[in-house]
Order: sequence, then C-alpha cells, then structure tokens
Amino acid sequence: MQPFTQFSSRFVVLPNNNIDTDQIIPARFLKTTDKVGLGRALFFAWRYAADGTPRPEFPLNRPDAAGAQILVAGDNFGCGSSREHAPWALLDFGLRTVISTSFGDIFRQNSLKNGLLPVTVDGETHRRLLALASSSPEAQLSVDLASQTLTLPDGQAITFAIDPFTKDCLLEGVDELGYLARLAPRIAAYEQAHPARVSTLDSVQGRLPPAGLARSQEDAPPSRREAPQGGAGRPRS
Amino acid sequence: MTDRSMPTAGGARTLFQKIWDEHVVTQEPGGPAVLYIDAHLVHEVTSPQAFSALRAAGMRVRRPDLTLATMDHSTPTRTLSLAGADPEAVQQIHQLERNCQEFGIPLHALDSPSRGIVHVIGPELGYTQPGMTIVCGDSHTSTHGAFGALAFGIGTSEVAHVLATQCLLQRQPRTCRVLVDGRLGRGVTSKDLILALIAQIGVGGGTGHVLEYAGPAIQALSMEERMTICNMTIEGGARSGLIAPDDVTYQYLAGRPGAPRGADWDAAVARWRQLPGDDGASFDRTVTLNADAIGPMITYGTNPGMALPIAAPVPDPDALPDGGQRQAAARALAYMGLQPGQAVLNHPVDVVFIGSCTNGRLVDLRQAAQIMAGRHVAPGVRVLVVPGSQAVKQAAEAEGLARIFREAGAEWREAGCSMCIAMNGDQLEPGQYGVSTSNRNFEGRQGPGGRTFLASPLTAAAAAVKGVVTDPRTLL
Repeated sequence: MQPFTQFSSRFVVLPNNNIDTDQIIPARFLKTTDKVGLGRALFFAWRYAADGTPRPEFPLNRPDAAGAQILVAGDNFGCGSSREHAPWALLDFGLRTVISTSFGDIFRQNSLKNGLLPVTVDGETHRRLLALASSSPEAQLSVDLASQTLTLPDGQAITFAIDPFTKDCLLEGVDELGYLARLAPRIAAYEQAHPARVSTLDSVQGRLPPAGLARSQEDAPPSRREAPQGGAGRPRS
Repeated sequence: MTDRSMPTAGGARTLFQKIWDEHVVTQEPGGPAVLYIDAHLVHEVTSPQAFSALRAAGMRVRRPDLTLATMDHSTPTRTLSLAGADPEAVQQIHQLERNCQEFGIPLHALDSPSRGIVHVIGPELGYTQPGMTIVCGDSHTSTHGAFGALAFGIGTSEVAHVLATQCLLQRQPRTCRVLVDGRLGRGVTSKDLILALIAQIGVGGGTGHVLEYAGPAIQALSMEERMTICNMTIEGGARSGLIAPDDVTYQYLAGRPGAPRGADWDAAVARWRQLPGDDGASFDRTVTLNADAIGPMITYGTNPGMALPIAAPVPDPDALPDGGQRQAAARALAYMGLQPGQAVLNHPVDVVFIGSCTNGRLVDLRQAAQIMAGRHVAPGVRVLVVPGSQAVKQAAEAEGLARIFREAGAEWREAGCSMCIAMNGDQLEPGQYGVSTSNRNFEGRQGPGGRTFLASPLTAAAAAVKGVVTDPRTLL
C-alpha cells in the first residue's frame, strides 16, 4: 500500500443518504478474481444509461469532475454488503478520500485497509461542502492526514478524527498482514493456552461429512442421529 | 468508539464482553485488539484475492482445520452442472477449488450433499457453537450470533489476515440491548420482528454497536427463527447480533456432526451455560420492542429500513423533517413506482422468491408450504423456492414440502444464494415487482431495475397464491 500523506484536488458530490455498496459496485461485477479494473463499473446503474452510454447529468460524468479525488457523500455511506470491491472500485476510479457524516462500519474498515481515507464531518460542515459544490464546482479541498485536517478553499481548517494506529499505518503505507504475521509467537502462545476448537477436518467416525478437497469426491450425507460415541470430541476452552 | 477493556462495575459482563475478553490475544495500549478467530467460513466471491495475497507473500493458511469453504453466491440452482453458467462465475468457482486444494481447506463443493449457503451449513453441521468468534467475507455472518457467538462480516483483506494468522485487528464496538417483550402472534414471524426493529432504528441505527437480543419474545423462538433476526442485524447498521444460548440452542446442537459427544458434550454445555450476560451488566444503549404490537411487515422502499405494517399506507416524503430524508424517500418511491398514501397491500406481484440465508431453512419452507398446500400459484406469477442447503432440500423433500411447492406450480431449485443477490441468472427483469424472503431491497439488488418487497415466508407464499401483496393471516 502506498503511504497516504496529503493532497489537494477537486471534489464531486453525491448527496444521497444511505448509498449502499450494491450501488457503489453491483454484484455482477464481483465475479472478478482480481482487484483492478473495477473503476469502470463504479456506480454503474447511476452512471450509465441502458444503452451503456454515460449519463451526462450524473456528477461523476460531468466535465468539472475531471481530476476529482475526493467524494462528498450523504450520511451512512457504504452501508450494506461487506464487499471490499466497493473501495477497490472507488480507488480504481481515482478517488482517494470520501467525506460523509457517517459510514457503514465494514466499508470504513475496508477503505482504511486499502488507503481510501473515510473522513467523518459534522452536519454543518457537510452542508457547507454541498453549498460550495453548487457555488464553486472547480473549488479544491486539501486533505492532510498527519495533521488530521481538511482545508476548505477559504482556508478554514476542519479537524477530523482517526485512531492513532490506523493513522500510522496509512502514513507509512504499512500492510496489516505483515503486522499480524509478526505476532506469530503471541498467537501461538494464545493457541497453547486455549487449545481446543471445533475442527472442520474432524471426519473421524463420520462425525463431519468428509468434505472433499477437490470437486469430484462423493460425500456422505450429514447424519445427526448417531449414537453418542464418547471420547472422540475435543473440549472447547 | 469506547475502548473498554475493564469489566463494568461489580464485574458484571455482557455476553459480548465475555466472548471478547476470552479472545483477545494481545492489545497495544490505545491500539486495536488482536482478536483470535475460532471459525473462518469462506465462499467463492470474496476469497480469490485473499488467497492470491497469501500466495504472493509466500504464506500458508495457519489453521486449515478452523476453516470451512463452500460455494453459494453464483452457483446455478436449476442444475448442479456448471455447463452454460456465466464463464466468470465458473472461473471463480474453479479458483476456489484450486485454492482449497492448494491450501488444504475442506470444501463443500458443488456436488456435495452438505453444500449450501455458508450461513446455513455452518449451523446445521454443528460447526457454529456458543462462545465462538466466527467471521466470513460476507456481511450476513451476523447470522451465527443466534448461537451466542460473536460473528461478523469482513472484507477480503481481512479474509487474508485470518487465513494467514487466524486473527484480526478489531476495535471494541459499543453494545446495545434489544429487549423484546410480549410474543409474536399467529402469522407473524421473526422476519417481521427484525423488519419492525430496523424500521424503528433505521439502517444506520446500529452502526458501531453489537446488538444483544433478549426478552420473552426472543426466548420463544426456534434457532432458525433466531438466525433470521441475527442475519438481518447488519441491515440495521450493526455488524453483529447475539442471542444468549439456552436449552433451545443446546437441543439444536446435540448430535450434530461438529458438536462434542459424551462427557465432552456435558462439559461444553456446562461452559456454555456460563456465557449469558450477568445480571446488572450495562449496555451503551437499550432499545425496546413489544412483539404483541408487531404484525406482518413489508418493505416499500429501497433499503430494509423503509418498511411498514402490511396494510399501512406508503408515507409521504414531504412529511419528513429533513431535506436529505425527503429526497431519499422521494427517490425510493420513484424507483418503486409507488405513490404517497398508496397501500402496498393488494399491489400486483410478478415474482416471488422464497430462500436466502435469511429465510431458506426448513422452518421457513414449512411456513411457506403451510400457505401453499392445496393452493396454486396465481396466474402470471413466477415463484422460485430455493432451499438454503442441500440438507434442507433433502429434508424438505422427505417431508413432502417440495411436492407441495411443485404441485402449486412453483419452481423447486438446488441450494444457493440465487435471487437474493442475482449473480447466477436467477433475477428480476427491469420493472418487475418481486416479494422476497431475502434481506436487501436496494436498487437493482435482485436485477437491474428490479423492485423488491422484502417479507416473511408466510407473506411471500400468500403473495404467490394471490398474485398480489396479501396479509398471510387471511390464508391461515
């Protein structure tokens, strides 16, 4: 992940509340096994007419949206499905920051993992941004992560919240997978102290259907009326 | 978000807190917790990029024995063959097979009798148990909270984290108690209850919280009915919804393939009985509902919070206090082709879909069959009944439910997510009205231009035989 530090750009506005991730990226585009190229499908149903041509009135299709790296959206942006394809599509389109009064929990987590910064502002700031978009469509906003500041064209600086750990990861471009992997000894110690879990591989005595590792295997139907075998189970901690 | 790592006064802890405390591996002061994950469920749509990330990093799956894969989102339901299926979906399914083979993960594949929707097979295999942390790259993972587990959806990056380390970085959420008094009446289901709750708190109402459902109306529910409630918790904005385990839970689990046996079973139940929240444990918020006051519900708009009692008129957007709300409501009505003050009751219906991880279990199919037995699908209405798993399918056939559906003129399908997410060709055509037992009525969710009314299996079956939105109590 590239470090996220600061930038300035135009912004584009989608004022609707509760924009769900099905709108951000419809499900039929989730059949990809890749992360890239989803920008074409971003807001697909709103962006394109039935014949596939871009709708000129849609904010992302307007000429003054060119080069915009900031999206200002209505409340509860990114609610619904957990698809990480939503931030991938936004990033692939060229957006780097989304500003709203609130975000869906899973969408916010997914965005942060990919270097798309969700910025939460209060209602009044949000209204100011919407008014600014109407009056000055070519206005630029500045985002500075280190100082946690969103700066408006008139110079007013608005502070936004972000937890220190996440902020540091973004500033340094740290991949959380690496961070977690380095905790392997602590994880092993936890597993030692909490040993017993429900095993999916436990097909001893037909207790779990012997799920195949390749598609051609026959499986026995699950049976729940077996007489208790005794002793074969593992206690859970 | 509050960072509460100490128990509340007197040491009284909620069910959530007990599970959370038990699973924290480590925590930097002021930083997120590293949470151990007991069970990781995997499906074909949100996993390919995660496995690719592991491959690129040269990492293996840490605990294949705590991982279970199935295919459900884009699998065909007319047949168990991939011939003629969307080539991209076929590619994705084959990718999952290759990944499971390479990384040693048990896979319930297309032709497996134990395959099905991921949140249906986990519980029916006895793999979902009280006190566990359970995750999956799917927001309806909240379903498993019905067993008193901490279960939530994650994105593909986090899928990679769990595959590689069996852990996640998580900030502790806030808690909200949902107390449901009274009892659901005849013809009123747990689906109506959760729709009523989301109508009350809104689709963002639970954001940042886990919900714990309690009260006599909850305790009276079967496990399958509890799963419907926890399943749709995410539609109210909360990632997780939990119901404390009790004898109903233990009775459901006893004898299932993944459940302990003999002395281990007794020990497990004794442990699980310690899980329900302590008296006096405090929550950040409380919401109350009275089940006596809830009737059959139906959505009229384009998110699950836009729901009404079935005979109520569609609200007037102009009556809403806020400009943004007015605009959203007006947009929703325009999309749905509805007028303020119009009744959804008696609205014509083109398609009925009975299935999904919300209402695709045996109890749900029994409810639908109760209405459809001896009746016929209305002229011009297409009805799909899609069991949530092949085990549900087998049981429904053994009980004669499938015959009822077929004789009524409904299509009886193989298991899968099907029309809930419309990734496999099962979908609404533009402009069609569908009554669906699934969980989302977003614009285009069930097909571009498709117009969804979310409802219970009883309400859906009633619409199927009448051809219009119908109060199911008139047919019972």
